[in-house]
Amino acid sequence: MSKPVFSREERAVAANAHPPGWRNPKAAGRYDLVVIGAGPGGATAAREAAALGARVALIERDRVGGHCLNDGCVSSKALIRTARFYAEMRDAEILGGQVQGDHPIDFAAIMARMKRVQMRLSGAYSAQRLSEAGIDLYFGAAAFCGSDTVSVAGEVLRFSKALIATGARVMTPAIPGLAEAGYLTNQTIFNLTECPRRLLVVGGGPLGCELAQAFCRFGAHVIIAQDNPTFLPKEERDAAQILSDSMAHDGVEIHLNTEVVAVRVEGGRKCVDLVSEDDRFSVLVDDIAVGAGRMANVEGLNLEAAGVEYEAGTGVRVDDFLRTSNPRIFAAGDVCLEHKFTHAAEASARLALGNALFLGHQRLSALVIPWCTYTDPEIAHVGVYVQEAREQAIPVRTFTILMHDVDRAVTDGEDAGFVKIHVRAGSDQILGATIVARHAGEMINGLSLAITSGIGLEALARVIHTYPTQAEAIKLAAEAYQRSRLTPRLKAIAARWLAR
Amino acid sequence: MLDRFQCAAFGYFLDHVDQRTGLVADTSRPGSPASIAVVGFALSCYPVGVERGWMERADAVARTLATLRFFCDSPQSDAVDATGFKGFYYHFLDMETGRRAWKSELSLIDTTLLLAGVLTAQSYFDRDTPDEIEIRDCAGAIYHRIDWQWAQGKGTTARHGWKPESGFLHYGWEGYSEATLLYVLGLGSPSYPLPADSFGAWTATYQWENIYDVEYLYAGPLFVHHFSQAWIDFRGIRDDFMREKDSDYFENTRRAILVQRDYAQRNPHEFKGYGQDCWGFSANDGPGRRVMSLAGGRRHTFGYAARGVPFGPDDGTLSPSAILASLPFAPRMSLSAIRHLCRHYPNLMRDWRLPSGFNPTLAGDGPAGWISEGYFGLDQGIVVLMIENYRSGLIWRLMRGCGAVASGLRRAGFTGGWLS
Repeated sequence: MSKPVFSREERAVAANAHPPGWRNPKAAGRYDLVVIGAGPGGATAAREAAALGARVALIERDRVGGHCLNDGCVSSKALIRTARFYAEMRDAEILGGQVQGDHPIDFAAIMARMKRVQMRLSGAYSAQRLSEAGIDLYFGAAAFCGSDTVSVAGEVLRFSKALIATGARVMTPAIPGLAEAGYLTNQTIFNLTECPRRLLVVGGGPLGCELAQAFCRFGAHVIIAQDNPTFLPKEERDAAQILSDSMAHDGVEIHLNTEVVAVRVEGGRKCVDLVSEDDRFSVLVDDIAVGAGRMANVEGLNLEAAGVEYEAGTGVRVDDFLRTSNPRIFAAGDVCLEHKFTHAAEASARLALGNALFLGHQRLSALVIPWCTYTDPEIAHVGVYVQEAREQAIPVRTFTILMHDVDRAVTDGEDAGFVKIHVRAGSDQILGATIVARHAGEMINGLSLAITSGIGLEALARVIHTYPTQAEAIKLAAEAYQRSRLTPRLKAIAARWLAR
Repeated sequence: MLDRFQCAAFGYFLDHVDQRTGLVADTSRPGSPASIAVVGFALSCYPVGVERGWMERADAVARTLATLRFFCDSPQSDAVDATGFKGFYYHFLDMETGRRAWKSELSLIDTTLLLAGVLTAQSYFDRDTPDEIEIRDCAGAIYHRIDWQWAQGKGTTARHGWKPESGFLHYGWEGYSEATLLYVLGLGSPSYPLPADSFGAWTATYQWENIYDVEYLYAGPLFVHHFSQAWIDFRGIRDDFMREKDSDYFENTRRAILVQRDYAQRNPHEFKGYGQDCWGFSANDGPGRRVMSLAGGRRHTFGYAARGVPFGPDDGTLSPSAILASLPFAPRMSLSAIRHLCRHYPNLMRDWRLPSGFNPTLAGDGPAGWISEGYFGLDQGIVVLMIENYRSGLIWRLMRGCGAVASGLRRAGFTGGWLS
């Protein structure tokens, strides 16, 4: 369902994403490719297939642009940037600066900027642009009729190949009273018109942490409650430790190993009952944000008719070539991947497109997919974690550079964090890396390039990095690797050579 | 100097013990419950006291026997106020009643530290007198009763603990920690041993890192590098992981101390006092929740916390006992640092006994700034044992003679050195 439209910016976004009075094309003949879902993955596949001369239909149930543009990354990153600005004003003295008086939060202005950013970016992903690219764009709910047909808005489309890219949505935990009391999701939180005074975030995943920190910096008292006993359990413990310290510094109250068991409304506020082992306590909040995991959008697609196997929650079942149990039909993005990121959706869509239309044999497992949690500091990762490598009996050495040893991080007052690069022992092959830094998301791309291209630490040590930059941390790690190769024997040989 | 520090720390176990049960208070603060880990340290300290002439052997026998009788006979059940269950004991016990205190957890690691003390006593009291025979019998019975297999909670590795109200704690052992001793004693159990693959499953979570050009098995707080080695002599013996890295746990602790010193020299948060001879980041008492305004910005302080480097948490609070406990591994660095403390922070110690923590950045009555009130049993225990290991190797020698320890080490895959 479309969101209610209020402002000029929202109307403009909606006009780009789902123009009023849109007329679907008339289906005629067989499409080379029918793509279901016009999010980042589906739109990418449709555009690239059309550019290669394929006859393409793209079906969108709601708005083109998907979760990322309409209610995900773009919105949250716009808010995070403003939140960071307020945090910098708060900590101005770190840089020797002074901010006179209070610096009141104009929440309406913050949200208005977010909408303007959405509006500006939505143009590039508009329905009109897709149509101009030679794509037959259909709005409506798609449902398979058979192994090579799909219906939308009364039309039946025949296809040689199809791509399912319907994405995923926030999973709502089954908490008694939550639905009655009302809650915010990643879709509705960006429609807030006032910053809640007290906000409970259920689930401490990446999105939950990003929002918790941002709203805390806007002045909300934010509480995170997560049932997992470890903070950001999928990340390296040291990364989680540093972020946990940073969020505590902001004032976020984190309750680990804590389950939300009931919600009720008392005096216009939400009273939330929490249980941590044998301790039971309650908190009163104005709003509850739910960010505990995402589930694939497979409902209503009538996948059974097409012989496509799926599981509710985890989504469409695919092989390493992203082919479903129906060899004509592929899937990409959040609807089938464990890593639910925009860039992973786009990369997997390109892979599926090549395999579907051009006899490709690219494997999903060969993709190097980095990701980033956009907190402050950011946490970015690519490749394997040490534990994963050790479980595969791969011996690993880790070269760690603390950001407090990086000149530019110190001059910028951004010296919390580290760069860790994991290499296969006995070689300089980079297996994975984790970066915790103000700009970790930018820095990780150099290491993704290195892994994808087979560039080792020895070669990275030879790359001249501009000084001073925070990305120089990567070079420092490579130099540490080089120094570690200087065994006592090599040093003795060098000494003999110099003394000759 | 070392004799004074060691004797003062030993005195804690005479000052804060209930002689009927052998229970020792967790801290010297009024109302403190007993900590079973501190009792483990106490049982290990009594042989030191005898050998150093601070205690008669008969006195040590009496104290040890009272302690072991209590732990043999105290209630074991799933009742919420029992002393233990399945052979394990609750972390904190009431000093008067010996029952579970503070709704604490049935603790695997604290039972392990208690058991290490029990086995030290079993090894030391080797005479054929009725009391010393009973000590050995009680020690065997306590060890025999511990059901390590139950403590896996149907998982591959050991759990952290259990509560009668909510079952097993959700936490697992992840990364290098003081649990080495837990696995060795669990694997060496004569009755319900942990399976051999549990140790490998745990060490799969290790991180070998190059930090400040030092390569070592990373763990932030020093106590992690100390506690298992208070009892086990890891010099020259290696498991699969250390063989792969061509190192051993003893050498690893030396390197961890180097990283601590290097971090203190860098002092990224600009705390007062830190330097080449002022380090010691470990689990210790802290000033509680306060905000410090420093040149580098606001920093929060913590209460009792496991402080570690280089990733934190670091609030400017240091542990003097961690410096002394580093003595066997890095004697020069440790002695230099403790002399520095004596010279620059004379108000830190009272009658040579060290507080749990101090924070020179926070204002206090003297140059040491904030100083933790009273004393903590764990700090005193590790000081006594590590100084003794440095001076004579007594505890290591006693535990090398303990069959269960050797058996546990071998089942964990350790070879070489004194195990050969």
